Amino acid sequence: MNRFLAFVKKEFLHIFRDVRTMMILFIMPIAQILIFGFAITTEIKNASIAILDKSKDEVTRELTQKLLASDYYTVSDYLSSEAEIESSFTKGRNKMVVVYEPQFAQNYEKNGVAKVQLLCDASDPNTARILSQYATGIFASYGEMAQSNGIQAEVRMYYNENLDGFYMSIPGIMAMILMLVSAMMTSISITREKELGSMEVLLISPLKPIQIIFGKVTPYILMAIVNILSILALSYWVFNVPVKGSMALLLFECILFTVLALSLGILISTVAKNQMVAMFMSLFALMLPVILLSGFIFPIDNMPLVLQWLSNIIPPKWFIIIVKTIMLKGGGLAHVWKETLILVAFIVVFVGLSVKKFNVRLQD
Amino acid sequence: MRILISLLQKEFLQIFRNKTLLPLIFVLPLVQLIVLVNAATMDMKNIRITVVDMNLSSTSRLLVSKLEASPFFEVGDMLINKQMGIDYLQDNKTDILLYMPQEMEQTLTKEGVVKVQIIADAIDASKAQLAFGYLTNIIQETHMQVMLEQQKLQNVKRISTNSSFWFNPDLNYKYYMLPGVLVILVTLIGLFLSALNLVREKEIGTAEQINVTPIKKYQFILGKLIPFLIIGLFELTLGLLAGKLIYGLPFSGSLLVLYSFASIYLIAVLGLGLLISTLSQTQQQVMMVSFFFMLIFILLSGAFTAVENMPELAQKLNVFNPVYYFMNAIRMILIKGAVFAELASEFRSISIYACISVTLAVLSYRKTN
Amino acid sequence: MENEQVIIVRDLVKKFGDFTANAGLNFHVDKGEIFGFLGANGAGKTTAMRILCGLSSPTSGLVEVAGYNVKTHAEEVKKRIGYMSQKFSLFEDLTIWENMRFFSTVYGMNKTAFKERGEMLLRKLELFEKRNRLVSTLSLGWKQKLAFTVAILHEPSIVFLDEPTGGVDPITRRQFWEMIYEAADNGITVFVTTHYMDEAEYCNRVTIMVDGRIDALDTPAKLKEKYQVNSMNDVFLALAR
Repeated sequence: MNRFLAFVKKEFLHIFRDVRTMMILFIMPIAQILIFGFAITTEIKNASIAILDKSKDEVTRELTQKLLASDYYTVSDYLSSEAEIESSFTKGRNKMVVVYEPQFAQNYEKNGVAKVQLLCDASDPNTARILSQYATGIFASYGEMAQSNGIQAEVRMYYNENLDGFYMSIPGIMAMILMLVSAMMTSISITREKELGSMEVLLISPLKPIQIIFGKVTPYILMAIVNILSILALSYWVFNVPVKGSMALLLFECILFTVLALSLGILISTVAKNQMVAMFMSLFALMLPVILLSGFIFPIDNMPLVLQWLSNIIPPKWFIIIVKTIMLKGGGLAHVWKETLILVAFIVVFVGLSVKKFNVRLQD
Repeated sequence: MRILISLLQKEFLQIFRNKTLLPLIFVLPLVQLIVLVNAATMDMKNIRITVVDMNLSSTSRLLVSKLEASPFFEVGDMLINKQMGIDYLQDNKTDILLYMPQEMEQTLTKEGVVKVQIIADAIDASKAQLAFGYLTNIIQETHMQVMLEQQKLQNVKRISTNSSFWFNPDLNYKYYMLPGVLVILVTLIGLFLSALNLVREKEIGTAEQINVTPIKKYQFILGKLIPFLIIGLFELTLGLLAGKLIYGLPFSGSLLVLYSFASIYLIAVLGLGLLISTLSQTQQQVMMVSFFFMLIFILLSGAFTAVENMPELAQKLNVFNPVYYFMNAIRMILIKGAVFAELASEFRSISIYACISVTLAVLSYRKTN
Repeated sequence: MENEQVIIVRDLVKKFGDFTANAGLNFHVDKGEIFGFLGANGAGKTTAMRILCGLSSPTSGLVEVAGYNVKTHAEEVKKRIGYMSQKFSLFEDLTIWENMRFFSTVYGMNKTAFKERGEMLLRKLELFEKRNRLVSTLSLGWKQKLAFTVAILHEPSIVFLDEPTGGVDPITRRQFWEMIYEAADNGITVFVTTHYMDEAEYCNRVTIMVDGRIDALDTPAKLKEKYQVNSMNDVFLALAR
């Protein structure tokens, strides 16, 4: 045990001696959560649009006012002819051009229908679709249809009444940080020892291989816990997102996920020959698939079926569901036992594969 | 010049001899590109809706049948108990709940107005909002139809809206995501390869052997920069070809403009990578520092979410973000067919960036400590 | 021996923060000499050698190598010297010939001159037939001999060898010193650090460094006479005591 503690101490010294790496390990979660909290949002705000008003009457003016009142749009240009539309998209970089037909008010009053055209820059299709939908809604609610009869929808937004986009990001950030810090750092640091030859020194020492591995990962588990706590603290105090469910359960799940990430890191290190390879493997195996397939920016339900299946083997997907349920919905173990078991299964598979690889190598 | 050529020759020999690295930098990214662009869509389909119909009238049935016909919703179980519906929400079995009260149809006919309840899982706020929007539209339509059938509707004035989508009429989000993911891959590979390569030479001691030769600093840095510039452009070409052949990615603008921009961009990024590695001692440090910056650069660049929606401060930070410029430029060129003049400001910014990062890399590279 | 001094060191001081690695070194090396730089691990040998090669700059003092001040004209110095580091540092993933070709261009040798001299040196080493082998497949002894060959490929006026025989077998060490003698015969000044005291006997003159200072500087014979001992090993022990 003493031997083991001495070894863990050595690992800590390695990490803490390199001030730069350590700073990054602790600052990264904070920077990320701030970026996600403030910057990564799919909500449309102040999209710049141009108006081509061929009628210039009080109805079109009122409609434009309504658009502006919504906060979704800001008018950056008033165009005078159709010829200017194209350059308004390329040079002016507007996202949408609203074209009112001539004699708009007359048509509306006399014929009962007036036409407006929405030209959207669909090079960003997501934004284009949302902008046109919002505008269509705003135009449709103009006039008599907006009366207070009919079937009225009374909406309750559960779990996130202010529709704060940040709610969606927290579980994703936690998954990403834990995955990257734990998996990438362990895979690289173990590969480094292999490369420098100090792994052999450790292997012939009286330490058992299992102790070596535990010694390597202990500091990262502690670091992961510090990261989790700093994320939770920031989300509580800066973004006002409290933990609704059991804190103990949440921490337990986070540690479970950290162990999963570490076992993945160990697996990568048994395969990789040098640090560069380990890094590219972690980078490509982890970063983009985690961002794209775990469902924290892009909803999994919308993906093609193949990708939905593929997302099942992305461990963060399950962790994100767990965090959402416990932290944001206030669910308990009864709601997440299935996902928890899946995480455990991943750990078993990763550890099993690493042990197999490891033994094979020793026999060489 | 001979020295430079010989440096390049050495680098390429080393890169192509590294058999484990080659698939990692050429095959894996391409596979990711082809697979992952399919993931990134905000196109809301299949929103899971659970209906609690306490009314069981023709109106409520009309509404449900309209929901079933809608491409946006996937109607799940029909319940007759609101609490059960909320449990569904809690267990993540549904995204949105529509509750129609017992006397809905009767109240509507009698008083002309009635309330239904929509309860949405709002953790994903934008999804909840969109779902609510679609649902309100469907409810409105149902009401219109009911009124038409009862002939209560007289001439209604309305504004007819007609949307058309320029540059990408089918709203194919792959046209948008593919260049985005491609930029990320090219950037990651360029930056990490160049940065790790230099610091690795420091670690194994070959850098010292070079430092004791009369090689000039700029020659050495160029020798490290050019190979990865070529690899980056090659990678970009592969990605564009894959995009064209598999997903019909449009090439609306001039490839010359695109490749000119890409070259300057890669020089800027590689310069940054080399700068990081001249300031670091170990590969681990390089990885952590590069990773830290790359993650921030990528997330702020607008690769996944539009920059316009970001707060002022984040948009200002993008001045220092090379990825942002290229992300803008490649989409403008490929999809909108932007010409050089329309990208002048991006060209200017990225050129300044490239000059500064390469100069700093040369200056901070120390042959003598 | 001619009295042209190719290395002149006056009052060389090198500090790393509070730690003084070199405390006022004074010596000179004559052209064509084999100059041994001895001392225990950590005595400051490598630090001093790195300064002479222009890899590190002195805190104070004057250092002139091959007629140039290393502080102001490090790059001129580098053109005229060869260097073999303690840690093997040729490119392991290049072949023998590719490594040599690379360094020959870096030192500005022209192609034909390189082919001729490269082939001649490799034939002597009996490596010419194996010139297309990757360096990583060579044993340590061969690697060291190759590193030396590369260091003198461009016919430098001085070659610096930092513990060149560390970790190799006695036979290889022997062969290595034969190569050093041959280089010296061809007019290349050899500056070599080592902590093998028997190797010190092969040098024309040696200095012995203790704690960043030079405690002795003379021919091996005179040093043995001065300390009245039979071997350089005993000279060293007498000094280190």
